Amino acid sequence: MSRLAFTNARLVCPVGGVRQGTLLVEGDRILGTADEAPADSISINCNGRTLAPALVDLGVFRIDRAAFRAGGIARVALMPDTVPVLDEPGIVQRSALIGKPDLWIHPIAAATRGLAGTDLAEMAICASAGARAVGTGRGWIADSAVMRRVLLYARDLDLAVVAHAEDGGLSRGAVATEGETATRLGLPAAPALAEVLAVARDLLLAEETGARLHLRQVTTAAAFELIRAAKRRGVQVTCGITPGHLHLSDLAMSDFRTFAHLSPPLRDEADRQAAREAVRDGTVDVICSGHDPRGAEDKRLPFADAAPGMAGAETLLPLALALVRDGLVGLDRLFALLALNPARLLNVDAGTLAPGMPADLILFDEGAPWRIEAERLVASAGNTPFDGLPVQGRVLRLWKGGREIGAPAA
Amino acid sequence: MAPSDHRPASLIPGGAVFPHRHLTGIEGLQPHEITFLLDEAENWVEANRRHAKPDKRLDGLTQINAFFENSTRTLLSFEIAGKRLGADVVNMHAAQSSVKKGETLIDTAQTLNAMRADVIVIRHMSSGAVRLIADKVDCPVLNAGDGRHEHPTQALLDALAIRRRRGSVAGQRVVICGDILHSRVARSNILALTALAADVRVCAPSTLMPPAMDRMFVTPFTDFDQAITDADVVMMLRVQNERMDGGYIPSSREFRLRYGLTPERLARIPDALVMHPGPMNRGVEIDSAVADGAQSAITEQVEMGVAVRMACLDVLTRRARGVEGWA
Repeated sequence: MSRLAFTNARLVCPVGGVRQGTLLVEGDRILGTADEAPADSISINCNGRTLAPALVDLGVFRIDRAAFRAGGIARVALMPDTVPVLDEPGIVQRSALIGKPDLWIHPIAAATRGLAGTDLAEMAICASAGARAVGTGRGWIADSAVMRRVLLYARDLDLAVVAHAEDGGLSRGAVATEGETATRLGLPAAPALAEVLAVARDLLLAEETGARLHLRQVTTAAAFELIRAAKRRGVQVTCGITPGHLHLSDLAMSDFRTFAHLSPPLRDEADRQAAREAVRDGTVDVICSGHDPRGAEDKRLPFADAAPGMAGAETLLPLALALVRDGLVGLDRLFALLALNPARLLNVDAGTLAPGMPADLILFDEGAPWRIEAERLVASAGNTPFDGLPVQGRVLRLWKGGREIGAPAA
Repeated sequence: MAPSDHRPASLIPGGAVFPHRHLTGIEGLQPHEITFLLDEAENWVEANRRHAKPDKRLDGLTQINAFFENSTRTLLSFEIAGKRLGADVVNMHAAQSSVKKGETLIDTAQTLNAMRADVIVIRHMSSGAVRLIADKVDCPVLNAGDGRHEHPTQALLDALAIRRRRGSVAGQRVVICGDILHSRVARSNILALTALAADVRVCAPSTLMPPAMDRMFVTPFTDFDQAITDADVVMMLRVQNERMDGGYIPSSREFRLRYGLTPERLARIPDALVMHPGPMNRGVEIDSAVADGAQSAITEQVEMGVAVRMACLDVLTRRARGVEGWA
């Protein structure tokens, strides 16, 4: 069996911390660390760059291999909102297999049939076909009785329920958060409370049922407060966020920039600061890209008519590294947010450099400066609200199961 | 008459006084630019009243009125304005266009552009749609109303009507009452009137009041009787019938009770000017006796509309026409 030695690396592990050293890989698994490369191994000189677990992106809407490779993402959890919806074992199994061996796709099966929010989907069958969680998709399950049964049933199967939390009534027709920007632009808007109400209900249901609940995107101060309190009570809840809501407020929608049309919509500055604080204090468990490339046919429309979503896979790591530079998290904790926590949620062994783990690795240059340019992204569409932003941090190489995957764009 | 908002902006030669290529909204316009457009419109008011010999300064130019949303009076006003200036005016209604066949807005814009229009007037049901088109075409674009966003020529004509009747916009206490939440007329008027230093109050039930009104430098009221105290101008907005059947307001008669401009209410402010952008729901937001009474400036608003649109069409095409100082 081939043995690789990553020498002269700055090793970042969410469990083991950050240290200089050599990482040994045998076959598709991590063997451990060493002071120097054994004689019988193939040596890869990391030149002092950072070697870390490859990213596990919890919640993407499109399979976009080039973007994932460029972003250092080895595993993605695919949202059920595909066409057709991920509620049939055949479709789930196909999704779970099509990426291998380069990209491992962990389908999130639809929690309700057709994502309609009324009848339970075949969660157990879908799980046996490869689904790693169940989810509500882009929408909220309005009927509390249905959501309660989803949580109960998923708990029996030890599947996390990945939920979108926005009250359907308050957010109906809305494309923005109520506030000065939406008022000035004349955009249909919902109060930020729409998220808080939905989070409150789902937390209470998770507490009562004992199910594992993952709120994929939490973006408001009041919702973070509820989650903090729920975690203290022992509710099995985790929550995530995308860089969009950490770096942008609703001001980014000015001038009707449809690339800033996201779901949930961008919030005001106070909520953005609360989200950053929630990252800092550990309330946030997962940072994901929400990768949703959308071409001109979906985005070159009036703001309210354009589809929400952003292409985020390639920019996930540099935008997350900005949080380290801002002093919100350490590098090791960042990789808990980007790799270990999402892997745990999906019941997947990945996300650390511990011996026995799959050798899913990225080598990156933490300080490499570059400018995000929508036109130059390798994603299938360049709809990023960060167009023109200078960032630091670039993925140099990516290994999945000890095998190097392509060469990311320079 | 020496109002502070009546600066001699039009004395400044050339295009520097109005450097904008399009008129997509009041937002982004400086007070002196608004005043400049009003001054220009003032000339057309007088010319129109004199039935002056037609001034065909837009002769040979093609004006396309692309209306993706139904309109009678605004479309007519723009058509008359263009024709009085000698432009070849073509109207495109969404109902008879390929928009219904699924053509995207951008494709429509590019089609209009390829037809070499010299000025395009657009109304659309989505906020921001006009700016989207403006970015894609080579000629000036005039916003005739986009969603809930802006309706700049309406605000200009309202400001002109106020200025002519009251001598000045500055310092006037203007009450805007009705469906503020869904109204582009309200947004553009708030921006224009506050830019010209009016004291603007907005009045609506909280279900029809957008948030952050204080950030737009106006005072919100839910009690109409309080709002009109010492008002100089009361501008009533149309409330769509479908919003008065329990969705936002319990009924039209309840709306009239709380917000209708009745002769009794108007008696408290006998010097105030009454305005309405039309079309009116007589007997709901405004009583007929008020709409047709001595304090009403409603027909004058319509008259100002043509003059303001003539001014906008003229000013925006000056560069293309090579007017001295503008080219």
